[in-house]
Amino acid sequence: MAEDPYKLLGVPKDASPEDIRKAYRKLAKKHHPDLNPGNKAAEETFKRVSAANELLSDPEKRARYDAGEIDETGAEKPPPRTYRQYAETGAGERYAYTGGDPGFAGENFEDLFSTIFSGRQGARPTGPARGRDEHYTLTAEFLDAVTGATRRLTLPDGQTLDVKIPPGTTEGDVLRLRGRGAPGRNNGPAGDALIEIHITPHKFFTRDGQDIHLTLPITITEAVLGAKVTVPTPAGAVSMTIKPHSDTGTKLRLPGRGVPAHGATPAGALFVTLQIVLGPVDPALENFLRSWKPAETKDPRAGMGTGS
Amino acid sequence: MITIETIFLEFQTLRQEDLDRWIANSWVRPEGARGQYRFHEIDRARIRLILELRDTMEVPEPALPTVLSLLDQLYEMRRRMRQLNDAMERTLPAELKAALLQHFGG
Repeated sequence: MAEDPYKLLGVPKDASPEDIRKAYRKLAKKHHPDLNPGNKAAEETFKRVSAANELLSDPEKRARYDAGEIDETGAEKPPPRTYRQYAETGAGERYAYTGGDPGFAGENFEDLFSTIFSGRQGARPTGPARGRDEHYTLTAEFLDAVTGATRRLTLPDGQTLDVKIPPGTTEGDVLRLRGRGAPGRNNGPAGDALIEIHITPHKFFTRDGQDIHLTLPITITEAVLGAKVTVPTPAGAVSMTIKPHSDTGTKLRLPGRGVPAHGATPAGALFVTLQIVLGPVDPALENFLRSWKPAETKDPRAGMGTGS
Repeated sequence: MITIETIFLEFQTLRQEDLDRWIANSWVRPEGARGQYRFHEIDRARIRLILELRDTMEVPEPALPTVLSLLDQLYEMRRRMRQLNDAMERTLPAELKAALLQHFGG
């Protein structure tokens, strides 16, 4: 180890004793072996730095070294055994940590091991066992349940589960995701995730099995004269013809426009019930009706009697 | 066993009041009552460590409990690692040891 002690400490040849002390302190903090257990390089550096400091901090030895009377190892003596050499052996138990953190001090070896090996405390050494099924609920939009969709479920532990809602899902259906429940024990298979689906109502669609019902508002003109109107369906808008003289309550059937076919189940129908909406009335309509003398008048309440 | 006289002979910069305080704080834990302390090798090494922390590394004494507590936790963990290592050495089948060594690149 023919190393210049000045270079080791990183100080110039004419460094003051104070500079040397500062440089040594800085290096000692970094390389002290008790602060770097298991780090051989730090230990070696610390030994060399200490030796250099011992030489240079002694004015007499430093003068003799500068004069070339002794070499850099001249003053070296075997270093004392450090704390570390005892601390990791049984003797170290005398200074076992007893501070305020019960999670550390209160933990015995057995606890530590069960944590390492099973990820949970107090694991039972039994054979493989299947994990628990976990139950969740997922609220789906009406149209998602009709046409199918993938929705993300956030689990209580923060994990997420992508749930594929199949077309034609109905209220209360339970989906099973295999292997997405609690993990198995000792290489046992994981449990399943069971997801109960709840469906929120739609603004204007209602559902009856595979069929979907819709009440469609039309104007009095469309009802009397007939028209081609646009009808919303779960799969997008379609056009539909209203025959002349259609009345409120007229039910039209659009086959294949209900719940789409899935598995062995064929597609359902969309039933459209017409409802005449008067809307704002202008003077022209008023005047027309005043002067209108229908050839035949029929009382729409004729069959109702008096109600008493 | 080491007497307190030997300790003071070895550590010239150590003052009686410092050591008394360190013992009172349980930073150093000799056996026996005051007046007849007996020190183990580890106690001697710990006194050297505390002196070096305080004087060489300029750790102020109020910060020493924190530093010592962290060191004690570190060494406790390393002791446990060694025990774990010994236990694995004794109990693990050879093939598992080989697999572990390979896993850690040993």
